[in-house]
Amino acid sequence: MRSEAIVRRVKRRFLAPLGMTLVMRVALLALAICGYFATNICGQVTSQRLLESAKEPQNWLMYSGDYAGHRFSALEQINTSNAASLVPRWAYQTMGGGKFETTPLVVDGILYGTGQDDRAFALDARSGRPIWQYQRALPSDIRPCCGRVNRGLAIYGDKVFLGTLDSHVIALDAKTGNVVWDVTAFDYRQGYSITLAPLVIKNLVMIGVSGGEYGIRGFIDAYDAATGERKWRFYTVPGPGEPGHESWEGDSWKIGGAPAWITGSYDPVTNTTFWTTGNPSPSNRGEGRAGENRYSNSLLALEPDTGKLKWFFQFTKHDEHDYDATQVPVMVDQGDQHLILQANRNGFFYVIDRASGKLISANPYAKVTWSDSKDASGAPVARKDASPTLDGNRVCPGAAGATNWMSPTYDPQTQLFYVTAREQCDIFSTAPQPYEAGHAYYGSAYFPNDDTAPFWGALRAIDPATGKIKWEWKHPSPTWSGVLSTAGGVVFTGDAEGNFIALEAGTGKALWHFQCGASVYSSPMSYAIEGKQYVAIAAGSALFTFTLP
Amino acid sequence: MLIGCAAALALIAVTGTLRAQDKNPFAGDAKAAKVGEFQFRANCAFCHGLGARGGGRGPDLTRAQKRHGNSDADIFRTINEGVPGTAMPPNGATQQGVGMTEEEIWQVISYIRSVQVKAPAQPVGSAAHGKELFYGTAGCSMCHMVRGKGGRFGPDLSTTGSARSTDYIVESVRAPSRRLAQGISEAMKEFSQEYETVTVVTADGTKYLGVVLNEDHFTLQMMDTRENLHLFEKDKLRSYEKSRESLMTAYDQKMLSDKELQDIIAYLMEVGAQ
Repeated sequence: MRSEAIVRRVKRRFLAPLGMTLVMRVALLALAICGYFATNICGQVTSQRLLESAKEPQNWLMYSGDYAGHRFSALEQINTSNAASLVPRWAYQTMGGGKFETTPLVVDGILYGTGQDDRAFALDARSGRPIWQYQRALPSDIRPCCGRVNRGLAIYGDKVFLGTLDSHVIALDAKTGNVVWDVTAFDYRQGYSITLAPLVIKNLVMIGVSGGEYGIRGFIDAYDAATGERKWRFYTVPGPGEPGHESWEGDSWKIGGAPAWITGSYDPVTNTTFWTTGNPSPSNRGEGRAGENRYSNSLLALEPDTGKLKWFFQFTKHDEHDYDATQVPVMVDQGDQHLILQANRNGFFYVIDRASGKLISANPYAKVTWSDSKDASGAPVARKDASPTLDGNRVCPGAAGATNWMSPTYDPQTQLFYVTAREQCDIFSTAPQPYEAGHAYYGSAYFPNDDTAPFWGALRAIDPATGKIKWEWKHPSPTWSGVLSTAGGVVFTGDAEGNFIALEAGTGKALWHFQCGASVYSSPMSYAIEGKQYVAIAAGSALFTFTLP
Repeated sequence: MLIGCAAALALIAVTGTLRAQDKNPFAGDAKAAKVGEFQFRANCAFCHGLGARGGGRGPDLTRAQKRHGNSDADIFRTINEGVPGTAMPPNGATQQGVGMTEEEIWQVISYIRSVQVKAPAQPVGSAAHGKELFYGTAGCSMCHMVRGKGGRFGPDLSTTGSARSTDYIVESVRAPSRRLAQGISEAMKEFSQEYETVTVVTADGTKYLGVVLNEDHFTLQMMDTRENLHLFEKDKLRSYEKSRESLMTAYDQKMLSDKELQDIIAYLMEVGAQ
């Protein structure tokens, strides 16, 4: 009824006096209605735009830049010969404390980001001036494991989507920041939280949960972007009667963990979305959960419309070292091979067939002591004596891993995979504790191993064809910055000492750096406004952008 | 009786009155101490060591005398609110842990009490003689400052007596290179800078030996052995070499007897407790 009245009003006001042709009238009418309702079909960011993100390199439409998880920008204004002259363009201060992990989106001149404590903001991407700001009213008793962090938004239609630390999924109006819908994914009091940037496929908003330190039962959800209605849930720990349930001892599956706290990727050709999962709970104690503990520390191939599992690959079985596999799965095609590449937290670089989930190769890219053999398929197998003990057992990589959630990048020009590697071993000790809902549930503790100090890090360029490291850039200490590659032949990364650094993609030679004043805990991105290329990085409480002078 | 106790505890937990108490509701409860040990391992041992005997980062908690108060209420406050100006964060504010409930904090206190040495840890040495040695023949004050007096080249030791375990101090004197002292800790940075040794040769051939105050991939901030500060861009140096061999002399028994070392530790503990 309402829409008919509007159509009549629009006709009266705009069309009748103009004497337009019928076709023109219909077209204009459609536009007017779209503008009025801001519906998904007519909204600013369509499914088509998301699928064809490569056609608009001036924008950054999703967490990893594209569905393939490449974190590659096709912009080439900043290149190896001029990167040395980069200058800061603007900074935006969130005034939030703790780690600032966002990767902003940029769509048609507007930058959308998130900050600590579930802030969200829209800025004029040219000037950094805010258009709207949103602050989630978080309860005082939320259960984040590792900081009050958020890694970013997803956009679709005229809405941006935020997962919150109190385990809600929220749609904000992209023009105002007003809450359009707000749904509860799970009761946060039981240890669930959301920190990742959602992924939109078609009309579905996909999220996964954090909470591997609380004995949750992990899941991946899909919500209708228009209404917030939940369309499906995939439990990453199979229940009774489901395949894989037998990989859990007794009732341990109920608190099996396997959170999914990093954004997935999507292959439209086969209509498959790839998600990764984290540690089984308790993270560092295998006693009481005998078995392989599926689908913890796994790569999952899901059918996005239904959440049905096509196949899985488990990187670390029955993990006792907190080796979450929550690293963005990167889709790469080599000839007729369709692959997933992942530099895993457990120290191995995996190449996996995207159609079947079969392992092609696994090679160490950092110091590894937890495994010294492989099974028939070539998958690394844990050493029997690598388990944590009461007095402590030294194992590499340490609990923070050979890498972690910070994004790698794949550069189609150099055909190299770049990843932040951490060289740190830890002493893992057990600490049996009873499970109590909503309470921290590690089962153990870990300590940096003084004998192997100092710990250090490196940006490593890996040739996926061989698994060999082509070059590395040394970091003075282990680093939590992700990596961006660009068509200008420049790779960007940050370090724990606060530098934002530009390197030559082919050689690793430093071209430029800027001191941000705080350790970088985020992954860079790039966009352009009216032909001027920007590179952005979050550090401390500020989002910085850089351009040529 | 047992059921009655449990019910009473449950009631206290529900009504949330644990905090208001000055006394640990689990005092002397061996079971709570055991649970507390596991909480301690997960939340505290990262800095205070597996057995609460202190690590390179946090003080020895088995001492009866605690720097920031000895009563249950004091320790509860220290854990819950942290100690401003030190590395001790408020409960739940670390990037590693997730925070403990009030009940869990009391359990941790039960554990700390269970490993605490029975008699107050009276320093075995003579603080007065330790002070003489520190500023005299032992030569400590040539590089270390206590309460504004002494050298600048090594770490300030004013609070070391309360912040480090005796074992740690002994090791630092006998084998200083084994675990280098920590220097500057930057906000948000995971690891502190350590007192690494550095040898620099500038473009004009001048050579400097000293300690790293801070560095990143591109720059170096150092102090040379004459306490001069030098700030360098690494790519402008002719050479630059770091070492984890401390510039501090390893004091053997001949240079400093066990008795003398105990005297110095007694002095540091006395100063640290003030």
